[in-house]
Amino acid sequence: MTRLPILKLTLASLAFGAVQSVVLLQFDWFGGAAASAAGPIDLLLDVTIVVSSFIFAICCVALGYALIKWRVKPGDESDGLPIHGNTRLEVIWTVIPVIIVVALAGYSWAVLDDIESKDADRITVNVYSQQFAWTFGYPESGNKWSEGELHVPVDRQIDFKLHAQDVIHSFWVPEWRIKKDNVPGITTDALVTPDKVGTYQLICTELCGAGHATMRAKVVVEPQADYDKWVAGLEQEVPGGLLLTADQALEIEQQLQEKEGGIEGSGVDET
Amino acid sequence: MAMAIRQPGWYRGAIGFVLGAAFGFGLVIALRAISGLDLFQTEQTGYPHVIVPLITAPFGFLFGFGAFDYWFRWAAGKPTIPDDHSGHGAFRWQDYFKFNTDHKVIGIQYVVTTMFFFLIGGLLALLIRAELAQPGEQIVAANTYNGLFSTHAVVMIFLFIIPIFAGLANYVLPLMIGAPDMAFPRLNALSFWLLPIAGIIFLASFLAPGGSFDAGWTGYAPLSTGAPLGQSFFNIGVQFAGASSIATALNFLVTIITMRAPGMNPWRMPLLVWANLSTSLLVVGATPFVAGAQFMVFFDRALGMNFFQFLEGGDVISYQHIFWFYSHPAVYIMMLPGFGIISEIISTHARKPVFGYRLMALALIGIVVLSYSVWAHHMFVAGMFSWLRVPMMITTMLIAVPTGIKIFSWLGTLFYGKIHLYSTAMLFSLAFLVTFVVGGISGVMLGMVPLDIHVSDTYFIVAHLHFVLFGGSVFTIFAGIYHWFPKMTGRMYDERLGRIHFWGTLVGTWFTFLPMHWIGMDGMPRRVADYASVYGDWNLLISVSAFILGAVQLVFLYNMIVSWRFGPKAGDNPWRAHSIEWQVSSPPPVFNFDEIPRVVGGPYEYGTPGARHAIMGGEIVPEEVPEPEPTTVTSPS
Ligand code: HEM
Ligand SMILES: [Cu+2]
Ligand SMILES: [Cu+2]
Repeated sequence: MTRLPILKLTLASLAFGAVQSVVLLQFDWFGGAAASAAGPIDLLLDVTIVVSSFIFAICCVALGYALIKWRVKPGDESDGLPIHGNTRLEVIWTVIPVIIVVALAGYSWAVLDDIESKDADRITVNVYSQQFAWTFGYPESGNKWSEGELHVPVDRQIDFKLHAQDVIHSFWVPEWRIKKDNVPGITTDALVTPDKVGTYQLICTELCGAGHATMRAKVVVEPQADYDKWVAGLEQEVPGGLLLTADQALEIEQQLQEKEGGIEGSGVDET
Repeated sequence: MAMAIRQPGWYRGAIGFVLGAAFGFGLVIALRAISGLDLFQTEQTGYPHVIVPLITAPFGFLFGFGAFDYWFRWAAGKPTIPDDHSGHGAFRWQDYFKFNTDHKVIGIQYVVTTMFFFLIGGLLALLIRAELAQPGEQIVAANTYNGLFSTHAVVMIFLFIIPIFAGLANYVLPLMIGAPDMAFPRLNALSFWLLPIAGIIFLASFLAPGGSFDAGWTGYAPLSTGAPLGQSFFNIGVQFAGASSIATALNFLVTIITMRAPGMNPWRMPLLVWANLSTSLLVVGATPFVAGAQFMVFFDRALGMNFFQFLEGGDVISYQHIFWFYSHPAVYIMMLPGFGIISEIISTHARKPVFGYRLMALALIGIVVLSYSVWAHHMFVAGMFSWLRVPMMITTMLIAVPTGIKIFSWLGTLFYGKIHLYSTAMLFSLAFLVTFVVGGISGVMLGMVPLDIHVSDTYFIVAHLHFVLFGGSVFTIFAGIYHWFPKMTGRMYDERLGRIHFWGTLVGTWFTFLPMHWIGMDGMPRRVADYASVYGDWNLLISVSAFILGAVQLVFLYNMIVSWRFGPKAGDNPWRAHSIEWQVSSPPPVFNFDEIPRVVGGPYEYGTPGARHAIMGGEIVPEEVPEPEPTTVTSPS
């Protein structure tokens, strides 16, 4: 039995993995970032990409080497070596993956705790969802509400309380990295600390019916002063309890459609 | 004619169908009349005069078709018609359209039927991709679109991937373990015939007022509990498909446990047998949960119960717990049989024993056990109690360990082998290795809660699940069909067409599904008919690739159909494999073996001169069959 060129194979895998990592790290896979959770999450992604690159490289190098080295010569009808296994190798490729996944799980857990830790001065914003519209309530600013447009102050943790009136919807602003379902019958919550002023898009990510694709809202992150002014300018009072009757919901949906130019229009494009 | 009507078969089946439908319809109308209700209730979640016949008509058909004749006679104490096995074997194509109890006929019935549904599911997929080729709405309205991806997924999962594995195993597994048939041939036939029924019910939902079911294959409540009539078709269809799976799994379990040829101890079972043992353990444990979940939705809809009606105290999230308690194991129901196929093919074509055979078998069992403890990874953002996330993240990621063991062991099998690449089956197996690794890696990423929070319900999920289901399950299915085609038909397929199919499928799969990762991470949600125009170019590339991928499948169909009819004779053992199914003729004799074979060694003793897996009946038995000790060669390094 010829000896394996372990060193060469290792170097090839390392080189392959390194090149792949470097290439893959050139991209902002998760897109633009605009909340404090994005930093740790994107770093976690980068680490995962590097680890995965090397694992993928090992598999590819092993497969490629085997195919070059042991591809049968035409006419050779003989069998390979009767190797049934190798306990040491089998232990290695059981134990090392355990270590890798446990490490990644521990790291993920730490990131999870980090992004879900609560600030003392957080403010609460209510998010009401229904087929196929978003409505926002600002209980700490005189119980005002807004339709189809969410405003939040920058650099302040927001505790979004998510509600659903009919079916499940899901609250996602890609730049914030945070997503949580709005579930009828219960209140769920999502913690976000937006850290970049700008305009973003809130996307419903749980299938909720025919209008799911266009169930979006504009999100504005602005300095505290602008935010205060904007909220003060809001007129409507939030009706108590779960908000809208079916008729009200329909009315709001129609208004939204007019405003956004309906489903055909630029409804889903960046606002 | 009168004779034909009394005999089990299509005439009696048709009559049974009509009687069954009439009975269900009449029952509803009569009960409503007695209760003083309107005869017809047409709320979209109601339609009792449609959904009850939808249940009774298939049973009527099955009674008529002869699925229960023997059991009824027996239960009624009448003399049963002794099974003279005249129904065994298929000699004309018409024989495949009978209630046949021969596992080889049933295997082919399964494979052909599920391939038909693969075609339908594929056409639905191409409609989806046609719509998505450009942003904005082009060819279908949003709610029709929702119906398309829902039926696409349901047809692919319940009528293609899960049953085709059952079909392949039906054909080869009894042969592999040296059994004359499955343990319960009549149950086996019934399992098969439940399947087209489920398929027809799913597809018939397109005719229902309000269109086909459109709440996704996941059918989350309360979207599903309030959806139009088509959703009830889904609820009922799943019962037939699920019953079919469960019955088959029981059949496999009993067959594998009790019907192995003498000498085949568990450590001499081919890994395909281990894989189907594991799969069956998942099916019998988990599938009742999806049946239950759909019954609960059905009762909410039809009977006004409130399992999931939040306004009446129902609990919305509990649907997801029950559903995923099935559907995570289901993803392994869709993968483990493929693992078995790959082990057989790689070992045969590398002319080497499977590396680390015992650990390979134990890894399967490990996956089964872990599979039951990870379902909540589909619910990380669902708003369930948050403490469950970290434990299920850890168990989820641990599944990568037995999965990794399998990958590394297959690679190890290639080392020091004599690798033959002439067979399309081997090409698909090797392509599976690489493609599945990508799906496994994205799976681990999804298991990591902070990453999953961002990509859950985006196109990244669509990419992951197609890498594991297309690059995983479907590649192994193709590999399996090519590998056993000569055994099943007695003829050889065309390797040149096989290669065209292989390369087209490989390239098509990567170009179709790889870019989906990127647009998903960047912000494109899944299950949408319309999307932001920045993703237009990628989607166009994806759609073009998908159409190419679809088109090359026609090469496969052509190859299979023409070779089945006109291919050159294959010989009994074209791959020079050791397992028992290759030691009988191609196709095998009606009763498989004249005399049950005797198993004398492991299934993969390539490279050990004179080593045998089994001694076939009628052979002169050599005095001493060298049984190779599992030679643990010291580290090749
Ligand atoms: C290393 C192994 C795997 C891991 C760790 C893994 C992990 C996951 C996770 C965490 C999700 C949920 C993502 C979300 O919804 O946010 C998921 C989704 C999914 N996985 Fe996997 N997976 C693995 C292998 C497989 C295999 C082998 C299959 C099937 C053959 C599969 C099929 C699916 C499907 C169909 C979905 C999407 C379900 C849906 O929402 O419709 N996965 N996977
Ligand atoms: Cu939605
Ligand atoms: Cu899962």
